[in-house]
Amino acid sequence: MPDATYAVEMRDITKRFPGVLANDHVNFGAQAGEVHALLGENGAGKSTLMNVLCGLYRPEAGAILIDGQPVHFHSPRDAIQSGVGMVHQHFMLVQSQSVAENVFLGVRNASFSLRSQQMAAAVQKIGDQYGLPVDPNAKIWQLSVGEQQRVEIIKILYRGARILVLDEPTAVLTPQESEMLFQTLRAMKNDGKTIIFISHKLEEVISIADNVTVLRAGKVAATTPAKGMTKAQLASLMVGRQVFFQFDKAPAKLGEVRLALAGVEAQDDKFLPALRGVSLEVRSGEIVGIAGVAGNGQRELAETVTGLRKLTAGKITVAGRDVTGSPPLVMIDAGIAYVPEDRHHTGTAPNLSVAENLALKAYRKPPIGHGALIAPDAMQTSAVDLIRAFDISTPGPQTPARKLSGGNLQKVILAREISAEPQVLIAASPTRGLDIGATESVRKLLLAQRDEGAAILLISEDLDEIFAISDRIVVMYEGSIMGEFPTAEAEIGQVGLLMAGGEHGAHASAV
Amino acid sequence: MHRGGAPRIRFERRLEQPRWLSIASPFILVAAALAVGAALLALVGAAPLVVYGRMAEIAFGSAYGWSDTTIKATPLILAGLGVSIAFKMRLWNIGAEGQLFIGAWCATGVALFLMPKDTPQALMLLAMGLAGFIGGAFWGFIPGVLKAKLNINEIITTLMLTYVAFQWNNFFVYGPWSQRGFGLTEQFPKSAWMPRFTDFGKIFPAFQGMTAHFGILLAVILAVFLWFVWRRSKWGFGVKIIGDNPRAARYAGINLTRNIIVVMMLSGGLAGIAGMVEVSGVVHRLQERFSPGYGYTAIIIAWLAKLNPLAIILVSYLFGGLLVGGDAIQPAGIAGMLQGVILFVVVGGESMLQYRIRVER
Ligand SMILES: Nc1ncnc2c1ncn2[C@@H]1O[C@H](COP(=O)(O)OP(=O)(O)OP(=O)(O)O)[C@@H](O)[C@H]1O
Ligand SMILES: [Mg+2]
Repeated sequence: MPDATYAVEMRDITKRFPGVLANDHVNFGAQAGEVHALLGENGAGKSTLMNVLCGLYRPEAGAILIDGQPVHFHSPRDAIQSGVGMVHQHFMLVQSQSVAENVFLGVRNASFSLRSQQMAAAVQKIGDQYGLPVDPNAKIWQLSVGEQQRVEIIKILYRGARILVLDEPTAVLTPQESEMLFQTLRAMKNDGKTIIFISHKLEEVISIADNVTVLRAGKVAATTPAKGMTKAQLASLMVGRQVFFQFDKAPAKLGEVRLALAGVEAQDDKFLPALRGVSLEVRSGEIVGIAGVAGNGQRELAETVTGLRKLTAGKITVAGRDVTGSPPLVMIDAGIAYVPEDRHHTGTAPNLSVAENLALKAYRKPPIGHGALIAPDAMQTSAVDLIRAFDISTPGPQTPARKLSGGNLQKVILAREISAEPQVLIAASPTRGLDIGATESVRKLLLAQRDEGAAILLISEDLDEIFAISDRIVVMYEGSIMGEFPTAEAEIGQVGLLMAGGEHGAHASAV
Repeated sequence: MHRGGAPRIRFERRLEQPRWLSIASPFILVAAALAVGAALLALVGAAPLVVYGRMAEIAFGSAYGWSDTTIKATPLILAGLGVSIAFKMRLWNIGAEGQLFIGAWCATGVALFLMPKDTPQALMLLAMGLAGFIGGAFWGFIPGVLKAKLNINEIITTLMLTYVAFQWNNFFVYGPWSQRGFGLTEQFPKSAWMPRFTDFGKIFPAFQGMTAHFGILLAVILAVFLWFVWRRSKWGFGVKIIGDNPRAARYAGINLTRNIIVVMMLSGGLAGIAGMVEVSGVVHRLQERFSPGYGYTAIIIAWLAKLNPLAIILVSYLFGGLLVGGDAIQPAGIAGMLQGVILFVVVGGESMLQYRIRVER
C-alpha cells in the first residue's frame, strides 16, 4: 500500500554491478519539508542509490514512488519531470558557457527567442529566493567550486525539482561556503522541498538533517531521527564497530630539513600573484599543516613544490639539493609525492585500470619498469598488494578507475603516493570524501610516515584535521604566511583570525 | 503498473558499453554498412549478393586476388598504424595523405637524384625508407610543434598541410622532375624497386605472377612491433596516460610537449613510409595522384580497428579487398560508394551503439 506521507519512497531497491552488489534491497523514504542525510562508508552504495533515484541507473529490482505513485525513470530527464533532481559528486557543467546558458541547456520547452537578459533574470530570481548568489553572465570556468555548485542547484530548481539530491556537497566547500549552503537548504526545506544529502561529516549531519539513513555494504543499517544522535553512535552504525576520534601521537622526532622554500613567488591561472614571498621549512619527522581558506595560494604552493607550476622568484631545496624550477619528473625523482586536491582531474586517469593508476609513477622503476619495458605481472602483483594494504574496495585491479566510488578513488591516490616512500609528502585535503573509518586510517598512515622520517606538508581547510595531526601550523592568507605555531601552543581562535587575514586582512579588504 | 496508450519506442543512452559490444561493434558496423550498400545496389537495379560475391571472389578467391589485395592493404596498414599512434594520444592527425605524399617525394628524390643508379638494392631501399620516414615525420612535426607550443588545433593544420603536400608534389612532377611535361617522373632504377614475390618465381613457383611486394612484410612487422610497444613499453604506457588524461600525465612526470611532437612525428613518419612503399613497390615513379586516398581511408581503418595494431592489418585487408573487388566490377564506383557508406555508418553507428532501444507500453 503506498504510503502517501512520503514525498519520495524507494522500496527494495537492488542494483548490481559486475562483481559488486551495490544496493541490496534498500528501503528509503523522505517527506516533503525534510532534510534526510544518507550516510555510509566509502563504497557503501550511497551514490548508486541516488543515481537510481534520479534515473541514471536502472535497478534490477525494486520500486520508486513519488507522492505515493509508482514511477519508472529511464533517464534523468524523466526524473526531473517528476520533480527529482541531483547534484553529482563531480559537476556536469559546460565550462565555456555562461551560468545562464548552463541553466537553460537542455531545457526542452525553452523557446528559442529567449533573450539572454531574460535567462539571466530567471537565474537571478531563483538565486535570490534561496540565497544562491552567482553572476548569471559569468563563464563557468571563472567560478569557484562553491559557485559552480550553486549553478548546479539553480539548474535543477529551475527545472522544477521538489526533491533535491546532493551528493557530498560539502566535501568541496570551505566551512563558510558550507554554512551558506545550509542556509539555502533550510530555505528550501521551509518551502516544502525534500532534500537528500550525502556526507561524511557527522557534525553537519547532526546539525542539519531531520532523519538519517545509514547504508552499510549496500544494505540499510539503520534509519533514525538525527536529533539526539552522537557522532560516535552514527560512526559505529556506519562502520559496525567503535571508531576513535582521538588518537595518540608520539612527539615528533625532528631530523634534517627536507623541504625548504625561500621567498617563493608564483602566479595563479589568471596570472595574478598567488604566492608572495613564501619561506617555509619542513623537517624529516614532522607534519606541517598549512591552514587557510581555500584560494589563498595553497594550491599554487603545492603545484610549485611539485614542479607543476613555474615559480617567478625564490628558491626550493629538497634534502639540501636545489631543485628550483625543475619539471615534475625531477621533483618526483627527488622524492616528492603529491596527493592533489582534485582527484578526478589531476590525480587519476579515469579509463585506465586501477592497477595502471597505482603504477602511474612507479612504472619507471623496478620492479615494474625494466629498461624500456614494463612488466605487467609486476604491475598486477603490486596492485593486488596495495589494494589489500589500503583496503581499496574494487572488483579487481583491472577495473577502470572511473568505476570506483569517490572515496575509493582517493584511496588509490593515497596508496600510490604513500607507497613511494617519499622524502617529502605534499598532501592536499587527503581525507576529502573519505568515510570516518578511512579518514582515521589515513591520518594514522600519515603519522606513521612521519615517524619513519618523512617530511609531510599537510594542506587542508579542515582545522580539525590540521590540529589533529600536524606538529606545526602555518597560516596562509592571500599568498603570504601570516604566522606559524607549534600545534601544542596554537589556539583555534587565533588561527581562524589569521586565516581571515588578521588585522592586516581586515584593513586590506576595506580598501 | 502499466501506463495506458500505444507502445512507445524510446532510445536510452547506455551508461556503459558492455564488453561484448565493444568487441562486436566493428563487425556490427561493417555488416550494417554492407547492408546499406546492398540496399543502394538494389535501388540501382543490381543484385547485391551477386555483386558482393563477385567482389569477394575477385579479392580473396585466388592467390592472385590475395596478391592484388595485399598491394592495396600494404599502404593502408602503414598509414593506418601512423594514424592510430596519434589517435592513441587523442591527437587528431587527419593529414596522413599529405604525409604519405611527402614521404614518397623524399624517397623519390633519394632514388632518382641522390643515390647513384647502381647502388646496391638493400642500401637504396634503406635510404629511401629512411627518407620516406623523415619526410612524413617532418610533415607531422610541423603540426606537432604548433600544437605543443602554441596549442594550435592539429585537425586544421594537418588537413591544410595535406593540400600543401599535393601542390608541392604537383609542382615537381609537372616541373623540375617531370618527364616531358606529364605529371610523372621517370621510372626508378631497378635498384630502387621493392622486391616483389613474383621476382622469386624461379625459386618458388607458387609466387609466379604475384606482384605484391615485400612492403607487406615491413607493414606486418611494424604492426606487431607497435602492438608490443603499447602493451609492454614505458613509452607506450606514458602515451596511454596522456591520451586518457593529460593533466594526470603531467602530474605523473610525463613531458607533454615532447610527447606531442614525438607522436606526431612517428605518426607522420609511418604514413611517409606508406608513401615510399607505394612508389617503390607499385608505381616505380612519383606521379600526380599515385594514392587513391590511402591516407584518408587509413583514418576509418584506425578507428574501426579501435587503434589495435593487429586489428589494423585485418581491417586494411578488408578495405584492400573492397578496392580490388570494386575496381573490377560493374557498376563502376561501387568501391567508392561502399567506402563512403562505411565511413558514414562507422561515424554514425558508433554513437548509435551508445543507445539501446526500449519498447514501452
Ligand atoms: N558504474 C559502476 N560500475 C561498476 N561498479 C560501480 C559503478 N559505480 C559504483 N560501483 C561500485 O558500487 C559500489 C558502491 O559505489 P558508490 O559510488 O555507490 O559508493 P558510495 O557509497 O557513494 O561511496 P563514496 O562515499 O566513496 O562516494 C562500489 O563498490 C563501487 O565500486
Ligand atoms: Mg559516492
